[in-house]
Amino acid sequence: MTVMEKMTTTDQPLLKVEGLTKRYGPRVGCLDVSFELYPGEVLGIVGESGSGKSTLLSCLAGHQKADLGRIAYDSRDVLAMSETERRRLGRTDWAYVHQNPRDGLRMGVSAGGNVGERLMAIGARHYGDIRDQAFDWLGRVEIAADRIDDRPSAFSGGMQQRLQIARNLVTSPRLVFMDEPTGGLDVSVQARLLDLLRGLVRDLGLSVIIVTHDLAVVRLLAHRLMVMKSGRVIEQGLTDQVLDDPQAAYTQLLVSSVLQV
Amino acid sequence: MTDQAYNFAYLDEQTKRMIRRAILKGIAVPGYQVPFASREMPMPYGWGTGGVQVTAACLVPEDRLKVIDQGADDTTNAVSIRKFFQRTAGVAVTEATTEATLIQTRHRIPETPLTEGQILVYQVPIPEPLRFLEPRETETRKMHELEEYGLMHVKLYEDIARHGQIATSYAYPVKVEGRYVMDPSPIPKFDNPKLTNNPAIQLFGAGREQRIYALPPYTEVVSLDFDDHPFTASKAAHDCDLCGSKGSYLDEVIIDDAGGRMFVCSDTDFCAGRRARGLKGRLWADPEPAPPPHSSPTRGEGGARPEDLSMKDRP
Repeated sequence: MTVMEKMTTTDQPLLKVEGLTKRYGPRVGCLDVSFELYPGEVLGIVGESGSGKSTLLSCLAGHQKADLGRIAYDSRDVLAMSETERRRLGRTDWAYVHQNPRDGLRMGVSAGGNVGERLMAIGARHYGDIRDQAFDWLGRVEIAADRIDDRPSAFSGGMQQRLQIARNLVTSPRLVFMDEPTGGLDVSVQARLLDLLRGLVRDLGLSVIIVTHDLAVVRLLAHRLMVMKSGRVIEQGLTDQVLDDPQAAYTQLLVSSVLQV
Repeated sequence: MTDQAYNFAYLDEQTKRMIRRAILKGIAVPGYQVPFASREMPMPYGWGTGGVQVTAACLVPEDRLKVIDQGADDTTNAVSIRKFFQRTAGVAVTEATTEATLIQTRHRIPETPLTEGQILVYQVPIPEPLRFLEPRETETRKMHELEEYGLMHVKLYEDIARHGQIATSYAYPVKVEGRYVMDPSPIPKFDNPKLTNNPAIQLFGAGREQRIYALPPYTEVVSLDFDDHPFTASKAAHDCDLCGSKGSYLDEVIIDDAGGRMFVCSDTDFCAGRRARGLKGRLWADPEPAPPPHSSPTRGEGGARPEDLSMKDRP
């Protein structure tokens, strides 16, 4: 079954957000954000620095507590869940890819251990199986098998980011949060990473919320796009539609600011 | 003789009461680290300040105290703590595991099986088993609360990946009654099987870290492992050279500068007890009468003379 078929067969949104608001004292993090995310869909969130996109993502992932609003995952109220449940969800159904791989990896633990951690966290107790899965996932993210016992600190930036992705996807999550996954990587490494991500998202039918300020990334990956400014969503729609025919003044500015080579 | 300037067992009654409350809570929730207001003791941290406070709170005048350090009754730590309680509590002391009602230990569990009614007090340097995996105390407490112990297995995974086996040989993490993961203090993993289903009360005191935890009698304690790399209680592959015991935990002792070495029971009381029953090891020679001059089976050129190897002269 292809992703498109999956999308048409499920009419229940995987994630439903209503009126999400987060304030930092008098300042606004994000304001009254509402959207729905369907299984297999990739949603891009773009906006300038300080527009509230990272705040929104961390509220969604449960790293920060939202002040107002509702988040329903698979028709379960995320904000009303106990912390145990939410953290279990964070280890199994959800994944979070940090901008800086050092935040998402255990730098003192080997690559295999990093990939295996989520498996062991949900109860895997067979060393051979864990190791096989680690080999498998390192292969999928194009890291040579003989690097399995090396620590991430011995890896290049691109490899660290790929390792972080492997570590997150090993438990087959359904929803992946990505915060600027290509930030800080040079363009050729970015291109490979994007290729890899696109393949994984397609093959595994992942739902992804990807925050970035790089319009090329969303053009390649995202089905739908939300543009944020000053904490508010000012425009949303299909990616190509928003990028090719921007309506809001800020979106027009954003699209026209991209350097052409 | 009791030093009259001090309260019985050094600590004042209110402090002992506070510690007893922590101990009771620890016994009620096996494996859970109970915070307590650790006092300054007249000894440096790392010398058993936690164990001494737990012992002081448990001692009654009828008690017979035994103190061991790495299994031995006659090392500095053991001798000074024993003297401390002799002076401040005036309790009887012993070196025999079977006679003791309260045993304070550093890094060993006696070889002789403990019995109901005995209390074993451990000195704990770092009570938090997750400490070196997750440095934030707030986070480790959360992990205990939510039973998120996957990280503990990451450590064992790393051991196997790097060394081909679980190389953790002491302070081997255990799970208590299927709930809390606990650091059994730096006992060798050889001693881990003695933790489980033990008839004695086992109390753990960490003075600097201000934590007390406990195992009530007959508590189920399971050493963590992988299905395909099961836990093994390891020891040196030798017999005791003094008493010939095959099943006790051994210390390796260098006896000359030419590679000569011997293995002796780390539990001195156990070793002495066996020798008193006439059991002899490879290098044991009775102090008197003088041994025949030809019996020098040590390896190496400058092998130790057998008469050097009696208990008194043990290095």
